[in-house]
Amino acid sequence: MKFVDEFRNVDVARELSGKIEQTMAHLGRPVCLMEVCGTHTMSIYRHGIKTILPSSIKLLSGPGCPVCVTPNSYLDQAIAFSRLDDVIVTTFGDMLNVPGSSATLAGERAAGHDIRTVYSPLDALALAQRNPDKKVIFLAVGFETTSPTIAGTLLESQELSISNFFVSCAHKLIPPAMKLLVQDPELQIDGFICPAHVSAIIGSDAYEFLARDYGIPCVITGFEPLDILQGIWMLLQQILNSSPRVETQYSRVVKKKGNTTALRLLAEVFEKTDAAWRGLGIVPESGLSLAKGYKRFDAGSVFQIACEEEREHPGCRCGEVIKGKREPETCGLFRIVCTPLAPVGPCMVSPEGTCAAHYKYGTD
Amino acid sequence: MCLAFPMKIINKDGHSATVEAGGVSREISLRLIEDAGVGDYVLVHAGFAIETIDEHEAQETLKLMEQIALLQEDDEIR
Repeated sequence: MKFVDEFRNVDVARELSGKIEQTMAHLGRPVCLMEVCGTHTMSIYRHGIKTILPSSIKLLSGPGCPVCVTPNSYLDQAIAFSRLDDVIVTTFGDMLNVPGSSATLAGERAAGHDIRTVYSPLDALALAQRNPDKKVIFLAVGFETTSPTIAGTLLESQELSISNFFVSCAHKLIPPAMKLLVQDPELQIDGFICPAHVSAIIGSDAYEFLARDYGIPCVITGFEPLDILQGIWMLLQQILNSSPRVETQYSRVVKKKGNTTALRLLAEVFEKTDAAWRGLGIVPESGLSLAKGYKRFDAGSVFQIACEEEREHPGCRCGEVIKGKREPETCGLFRIVCTPLAPVGPCMVSPEGTCAAHYKYGTD
Repeated sequence: MCLAFPMKIINKDGHSATVEAGGVSREISLRLIEDAGVGDYVLVHAGFAIETIDEHEAQETLKLMEQIALLQEDDEIR
């Protein structure tokens, strides 16, 4: 078993979509399900899931793309870092083309500043080790799937006594954002397709409050097409039976308590903080900053820089797209001035952004 | 960004391991999972194994999907 092809069987997909259709007929009303993970968004489009679901099921994309929810001010600071002497800025590839207030990292790199794409924060650490006369800053962006890899890298940095490695930390936590969404009276969400790999770290218990306090069905769902179809079917059963709870479809990976080793590392290296989300504003206790013993890695404290005043394109509607309140097609910039080659907002830049998905795969 | 690939551990040395999938191999860190061993499939994200994949649970999920497909219309509304 390779854990990929087995979950892409067309015949089983057909059967599952038939069962979903039957359940919707019993239910007799439309439902709105939200996925809060960009990898789900892309998988749903890539595998044509929407085209085989009844039109009465609306799938909304929530704030599940870490690049898309990162505010302009973070980009502006990263760009300012890259303009410092003897600094190498390292980043995951999807941050390169995100527009800051007046520049992008890709543009700065073209202008001669040292900005490098890495696959892993460990690659950035190795770069620091190879370049002791430079200061290497890693742009630490991502949800709970990614933040433990930064924690692990900082521990490695300490063990190797590397003193020229720093991080600019903008990690975010998914459950507080979900709480904000269910409290929004404009959004009527019937169920959450909960993220797969965030949940591998935080465990299914982390969503219990959504079912218990807000009556919202939750199913932690894998990323393969059969996973998603089964996850939707499970959500519909909960809705049909009026029995909201947290279930795990992706049981081959996700445990009730999550990855306890990773959670212990997170607690050691980071502490919770209020964080700014594009579209959502400041969400209490929804971000991670470096804990007391790790402040020396904090690029924001070590490098005192002046940033330009944060500006956004007045026509950009990414903030509403992120909340699921607006489809990309209803933004005046979509396809006309905002395209993957010349993106205006982050939802078009990131390969996991809702606008990029709509642009690439079309709509319903 | 949360994409992670199932890869098989073919060698392990302390916190490090070599993993392989589809003919591609690379070094990763096992710092986030303490109990993975050679032969295990792990999910690899940004150079770290973030969790072991449970083959028994994977088989159970596939079985459950087949059972859903076999459900009769009456079964579903009970």
